[in-house]
Amino acid sequence: MKPEEKVIKKEPFIREYKPRKLKFTFSRQQLCIPYALFLIMFVIFPLLLVVYYAFTGSDGSFTFNNFAEFFTDTTKISTLLISILVALLVTVICLLIAYPVAYILSKMKQSTAFVLLLLFITPMWINFVLRAMAMKELLSLIGIPLGSFANIIGLTYDFLPFMIMPIYSTLIKMDKSLEEAAADLGANKFQVFKDVTLPMSMPGIISGAMMVFLPVMSCYVITDTFSGSTGFSVIGKLIAWSFLGENGTLTNVNGGATIALVMLVIMFLTMLLTGGFKNNNNARGTNL
Amino acid sequence: MAEQIKRKEHIIELIDLMRRFEDGVVAVDNVNLNVRKGEFITFLGPSGCGKTTTLRMIAGFDKPTSGKILLNGEDISKLPPNKRPINTVFQRYALFPHLNVYDNIAFGLKLKKLKVTYENEKGERKEKIEKLKKWEVAEKVAKALKMVDLEGFEKRSVLTLSGGQQQRVAIARAIVNEPEILLLDEPLGALDLKMRKDMQLELKEMHRKLGITFIYVTHDQEEALTMSDTIVVMKDGVIQQIGTPTDIYNEPNNSFVANFIGESNIFSGTMVGDKKVRFINSTFDCVDDFAKNEKVDVVVRPEDVELLPEGEGKVNGTIISSIFKGVHYEMVMKVGKSEIIIQDTVEKKVGEKVSLNIMPDSIHIMAKEFTSNKYEGYITKHNTVCFGDGEFECDVTTLYPGSIVDEEGYLVTAEGERLDLTDVDVNVEVGLKDIEISDDAEAGGAIGNIVSIIYKGDHYQLIVRTDENEEDFVLDTEYTWNENDRVSVIIPKDKIKLTLKEEVKR
Amino acid sequence: MIKKFFTRGYIFLVLAFIYIPIFILVIYSFNSGKTIGAWEMFSFKWYGKLGEIGDVVLNTVLLAVISAVIATILGTLGAIGIYYSKGKLGKAVNGISQVPVVNSEVVTACALVMLFMIAGLAHRTLFGLYVGHIVITAPFVMLSVMPKLKQMDSSLYEAALDLGATPTQALFKVVLPEILPGIFTGFMLAITLSLDDYIVTATLAPLGYDTISTAVYKAIALTTDKASEQVPIYRALTTIIFILTVAVVVFINVRANRIAKKRAEAGL
Repeated sequence: MKPEEKVIKKEPFIREYKPRKLKFTFSRQQLCIPYALFLIMFVIFPLLLVVYYAFTGSDGSFTFNNFAEFFTDTTKISTLLISILVALLVTVICLLIAYPVAYILSKMKQSTAFVLLLLFITPMWINFVLRAMAMKELLSLIGIPLGSFANIIGLTYDFLPFMIMPIYSTLIKMDKSLEEAAADLGANKFQVFKDVTLPMSMPGIISGAMMVFLPVMSCYVITDTFSGSTGFSVIGKLIAWSFLGENGTLTNVNGGATIALVMLVIMFLTMLLTGGFKNNNNARGTNL
Repeated sequence: MAEQIKRKEHIIELIDLMRRFEDGVVAVDNVNLNVRKGEFITFLGPSGCGKTTTLRMIAGFDKPTSGKILLNGEDISKLPPNKRPINTVFQRYALFPHLNVYDNIAFGLKLKKLKVTYENEKGERKEKIEKLKKWEVAEKVAKALKMVDLEGFEKRSVLTLSGGQQQRVAIARAIVNEPEILLLDEPLGALDLKMRKDMQLELKEMHRKLGITFIYVTHDQEEALTMSDTIVVMKDGVIQQIGTPTDIYNEPNNSFVANFIGESNIFSGTMVGDKKVRFINSTFDCVDDFAKNEKVDVVVRPEDVELLPEGEGKVNGTIISSIFKGVHYEMVMKVGKSEIIIQDTVEKKVGEKVSLNIMPDSIHIMAKEFTSNKYEGYITKHNTVCFGDGEFECDVTTLYPGSIVDEEGYLVTAEGERLDLTDVDVNVEVGLKDIEISDDAEAGGAIGNIVSIIYKGDHYQLIVRTDENEEDFVLDTEYTWNENDRVSVIIPKDKIKLTLKEEVKR
Repeated sequence: MIKKFFTRGYIFLVLAFIYIPIFILVIYSFNSGKTIGAWEMFSFKWYGKLGEIGDVVLNTVLLAVISAVIATILGTLGAIGIYYSKGKLGKAVNGISQVPVVNSEVVTACALVMLFMIAGLAHRTLFGLYVGHIVITAPFVMLSVMPKLKQMDSSLYEAALDLGATPTQALFKVVLPEILPGIFTGFMLAITLSLDDYIVTATLAPLGYDTISTAVYKAIALTTDKASEQVPIYRALTTIIFILTVAVVVFINVRANRIAKKRAEAGL
């Protein structure tokens, strides 16, 4: 048996505080160091490499030749222009389909709207290549041939949910009394929509458009699926194939970097034009 | 020896405490203060006066830029908050939402360590560092809950509690750790009026029972007067007055304190003789001694004004407004150009001619704060003067008696010397009555916002503060303005008094 | 009434557009034949063959879970660090975080290829693949955690210190539980993004290493017999994923309803 011990004194114990100078101490700010280092190493530095390679020849000397080559190559330029055109078209179609959906949902009873919203975003959890496969099989079932038209349907099908969410979330956050105030001041239903609802939902439209426009240009897997014999692909494929060739070996790094830089510039311009830099609510962030 | 005993009674000493934020704003400026053991001391002041920053430095959340904080004579200003025997009740309670009432209160106890000395039968002693036992924690939490009248709430989520109950949990969570000092940062601010009144009394009672030091922060003067042993009035990071509630109320140090603590009439007066002061066109006996002919501020509390039928008092006037306030009527009496606020239980009707009298010990006299504005400035090449964030027309010839300005803008002195005054540093003085303000931003030489308005009986004393360097223009005006009005400052050319800082090199 | 008819009708049409392809896939996954449109007989044949793509599914899940775990740790630490550094540093890291979010995946992936190239590494390695997935997911975790930090009462951390907690204890006992929902959202988001990714995987995965995305793409785009042979198996896989998703959604919905009801009963 343990010898009987009795407590004779209890006093608060506060470990003496010595400001540690040499020993490693961390502050809350420093917690972001691993994250920051990771981003610098694997995001910023690689992008600087893109810029570097875009301006150098295969021998490593500074040159504008890559750009001259790109902008004089009619196939590449037409691919770029058609990509932009297709991306714009798909964005507009998605917007035209999604806006009424979001608008109707935002006017519904909240519990009903919630269930319907879940129905709209549930397919987003199915792998998007699988969804493309589903659409491709449906098209072949109802006899629509692969090609440009099939391409537009396929892209719209895959990207539509990304457009509904952000518009719905801005509409639902909008102060309902604004619309009532406009009606009170004598605006008719159309005017209320045009002058109040639509401008107020602009941030949602913009972030939705960003979720569709830029990915459509780069996401070649969908266009490859639906193009069939037309062989059309988006600019994203041009970048990937410049690098990798068909069997996955590095080929024309400088040429690829050039197109990547052009993509970066387009992205930057789009963000600048739409004020997307200020707009932090990303559509993907809301898909849960 | 006596010094040492005194020291021992001081649980907290603030010595030359200063806090400058990263943006250059000085939140707390040279604060010196002693807090006695067991005292209920309140920091009182408008928002931004530095009271919360002072509290945060005592708690350890903020580090002083310079100066010391002594706890029982030892400097704790470098100590992190978790090493200080001080606990805080936060403004919005800061209860941990993911913990229930019990776990919130037990939070500090579970972290606490004890040095326990054991002795066995042979008399050998050994020390062990132990945490509090589960039952000990439970016992203490139960006691704390009883103290705040929340027995049976242990398992409740703090999110389901009312504001008053959250407040009690926050207090229990702090006092359960048996701190030497309890800091309370506007703890009643979020409660409704009735709840606030009840809690004031309860806090006071709790202070009595616990016997520890309470340091309280509030902007509510009534709260401060009701609860405190000592009140520290602060403004712009500077202590204005330290004293008991009675002292502060009856003997305010300056017109800011008088105006902030309770309602008061503040008049501009002049000493006309030994303990005689003249204001509202009448001479009153008073108890304060100031030099003859000195300009002074006179403070009279509304409840200290005695209303009498016309002709029976010292000064006659007319009642121009009367509002019932529950216990008393608040009336405004017009005497000449001055308006006097009076509180009385007997109502006088609007328009009634009355007379007033004020007892000598109800007249409180303070040295006048501002007699003129003083700035440092410089002359521009257009012979205008820049000061107080603005540019004003001035007469540079006043710098040198008998001088004139020639066509090229040079100053020719009486001796015939030509001087270039560009960038010459000057001292500028402008009287309070010599400054005008205007709504028109273009009208004046500087632009700012009205940051303070004090009614002085027959005029208002305004402070206009500029944006860039926060220069103050103090001025007297008869017109009504509102706080935060944006105005431009106009000073007539001949009212700007210039003196050279040093002789101009020739 | 007519308006209601039109709005309901419209919603129904769009839902049909979204779901008909999936339903067709689901139906024909039970067809013993290979071709859609030619119904032969009801069978679980393709479900029996799911084992053939077992390695692909395993690759996908492992990649998603492991990269999401790492991305969640990095992103959460990043969010806490950024939130508490008020100065330029925080803003800079926050700004860099936006880059992979808005940048197209092709550029992100190809830039990484260049990095590995000049580092003298092979550009198709498991390491590169995981790095790529963490690059595209970690910023989303950061962006999910950040709002929770901003919503948190900033005096909670101070309250913990005040009650005797060390900075580390305060972080784990108070800050972490508060932002846990954000961390969970970020983790789920990272998994979804990783599962959905094609481009980064196609660019950086070792040759012969396939995830669902790349394998399905090969099956439907390449017309080699062996690849297209697998299309019906992927129909079965889609069906299973779809049913799982619906189950999860229903579960979340029911739980949310129950919580809402409880709140209502508590009178809140």
